[in-house]
Amino acid sequence: MTDLLYARAQMGLSLAFHIVFAAAGVALPVLMVLSDWKARRTGDSDYRKLSQKLAKGTAILFAVGAVSGTVLSFELGLLWPEFMGQYGEVIGLPFSLEGVAFFTEAIFLGIYLYGRERVSPGLHLFSGVMVAVSGAASAFFVTLVNVFMNDPSGFVATPHGPTDIEPLKAMFSPGWLTQTSHVLLSCYQASAFAMAGIHAFVLLRHPGSAFHRKALSVALPLACVTALLQPVVGDLSAKHVAKAQPVKLAAMEGQFETERGAPLRVGGFPDVETRTVSHALDIPNGLSILAFGDPDAEVKGLNEFPRDTWPPVAKVHMAFQVMVGTGSAMALLALVTLGYRWRRKAWPSGRKMMWAWLVSGPLGLVALEAGWLVTEWGRQPWIVRGVMRTADAVTPVPHLAAPFWTFTVVYLFLGVVVVALLKRQVADTLPDREPKGPDAKGGEAHVH
Amino acid sequence: MSTEAVLGFVLAGSFVLYALFGGADFGGGVWDLLAFGPRKAEQRALIARAMGPVWEVNHIWLILGVVLLFAGFPRAFATLSVALHVPLTLLLLGIVFRGAAFTFRTYDMRGDAAQRQWGLVFSGASIVAPLLLGMCVGAVASGSIRVEGRVVVSGFFASWLSPFAWAVGVLALALFAFLAAVFLTHEASGAELREDFRKRALGAGVAVFVAALVVLLLAREGAPRVWEGLSRSPFALALHGATGVAAVTAFALLWTHRFQWARLAAAFQAGLIVLGWAASQYPYLVVPDVTLQGAAAGPATQRLLLIALAVGAVTVIPSIALLFRVFRPRPDGASTMDSGH
Repeated sequence: MTDLLYARAQMGLSLAFHIVFAAAGVALPVLMVLSDWKARRTGDSDYRKLSQKLAKGTAILFAVGAVSGTVLSFELGLLWPEFMGQYGEVIGLPFSLEGVAFFTEAIFLGIYLYGRERVSPGLHLFSGVMVAVSGAASAFFVTLVNVFMNDPSGFVATPHGPTDIEPLKAMFSPGWLTQTSHVLLSCYQASAFAMAGIHAFVLLRHPGSAFHRKALSVALPLACVTALLQPVVGDLSAKHVAKAQPVKLAAMEGQFETERGAPLRVGGFPDVETRTVSHALDIPNGLSILAFGDPDAEVKGLNEFPRDTWPPVAKVHMAFQVMVGTGSAMALLALVTLGYRWRRKAWPSGRKMMWAWLVSGPLGLVALEAGWLVTEWGRQPWIVRGVMRTADAVTPVPHLAAPFWTFTVVYLFLGVVVVALLKRQVADTLPDREPKGPDAKGGEAHVH
Repeated sequence: MSTEAVLGFVLAGSFVLYALFGGADFGGGVWDLLAFGPRKAEQRALIARAMGPVWEVNHIWLILGVVLLFAGFPRAFATLSVALHVPLTLLLLGIVFRGAAFTFRTYDMRGDAAQRQWGLVFSGASIVAPLLLGMCVGAVASGSIRVEGRVVVSGFFASWLSPFAWAVGVLALALFAFLAAVFLTHEASGAELREDFRKRALGAGVAVFVAALVVLLLAREGAPRVWEGLSRSPFALALHGATGVAAVTAFALLWTHRFQWARLAAAFQAGLIVLGWAASQYPYLVVPDVTLQGAAAGPATQRLLLIALAVGAVTVIPSIALLFRVFRPRPDGASTMDSGH
């Protein structure tokens, strides 16, 4: 492997790792505050316990997210010094605001986690709300940087770097609204599905556990609403890509030749040598309708673009299929669950539905990672699309294999530890470990 | 004052705050490792209790510094990222292990053996990270990072492995340990525990003095421009005089058990040391090839950055004040509920 590939692999590894914790840092505070609020409203100690458990989960995940985020802020320079040296000033503004949001999040998380006994209940809840709001703001600002890299604006490119810089214009580069909405939704969706999956798993073993049914009732509404909204926002996002980054769309869809009334290729393996997609299920005119709202619309193929500006077509296409596939499965499950809730006036608790939620638990994270791969691979060979190639931004420091393997081992280790710690937090709430008190009643719980 | 000078000043300010808060945090890790005596467990518990709510916040000052550097002075950031790639990567590993181990120790419920293991990782990383941080600062000040055009030509090792850089690393470590010990005298709830940290503070204070002296002696050869700045510019001289006064005052206050005031004096001392570094290498960001002005972003970016900083200050400062108010140390035996709310 070349040093460029090692640099890309290290950046990819760091981001793929950080994204999971960042998404949890955005969404878990919302779930934590929701259960806290339910506990206050109903006086139910289970919800209070749930909010405390979620707070512990947030503390662990946020800490790892904070250190891996610190790593990323340095890696931008350590791996891509020319990118930061030239474009740091163009996109520094959203980064600074992200810093402010992160600062606020850490401060109020400190108060929320350690201050339960020290501050008034109102201030405590307010701190939780501030954590949730600043977490969302921080994801919003950092996504704006990615929007810029995909669709740069607000400067004039010259061989010596950007001039006539307008930082505000760069901060809100085209497509910012759909991409930030898409990312924020995915954070909530991934975390809510993961949480629902965990509690469904426990409920399959201990169907009577009131605590876990209540926990599920906190996760399911967020999971269902986001899973249904996401396809709508994703479609808007894809329509923007179709217009603004046609080469990325062509790679996502395996569209090698420009054509009118292009079919939607579901699945399949693109081959750049033969310029065909094998084993795909074609839906006639599907792509033209989805991308441009017109069955006869012309979709630009990869043939319109110089070969050396193609992204890795097979990877982009397959990552996109994974994202859309998992997204559709989650939307379907959300529909069924909401239908059940509407007819029976209660969240589902049967074995089949619990199995469905257990299996779907990881799908949100899979979709999140796959979607991120689509946008990053799909931007290659550029680091700033059309302006700076990734290969021109990479550091001259040699032997990049060393830091790559070091971080790989470190992150694997941290991942294993985090999973073990979270597992013990969950195990602590199993019915047979709960203390038998005077009000520890068995039997079915009623959760509405 | 030009906008880049203002931004440079804010950058120095963020390093001062990182040295004070992040530094005390690193120092807490040092005393965790060096805990001994009959109150070993209490010492560690006090450190964990004092750090728990604030350690993440304390380290965001570093992120502020990094973001200001790449947004406000992108060429300097690019240069430093290449020249100091190795120590910065090691520093990052230190930061990752430190934060993760501290959190894992808090939430790992498997008992004492696991706690000790995480504690060792946490405190070990707390020694390595400040050392590397100081070595990077030493490299920047020494003038041994050389740039031609946009290319770093001085290699990836020599600049931060010089005797001068090592000495600055040791100074940073001693300074952070000193700060932490002084702060902990104020946080401690019992007289004996307070005395433990008073002794440690006095010892670390002596170490700071010795390390500072060595840095000064090595600066003549190892960092000629800083040496010149130190000995010629009247402003820098005054700054160093004030640092000396603060150091002596902090020592005297510790000696006479006036912990609340000692804390203030020690903070002044550490802050002035960092400002003294910044002042003695002004107007260079990376001595001798990158200046504030040469590396600065365009005027539009600079203005917007200052606005973003103002927005940030309005949001962050009251929040931090609230955080430290909520977790301020209580008089012995006070109730845990805050009657003020």
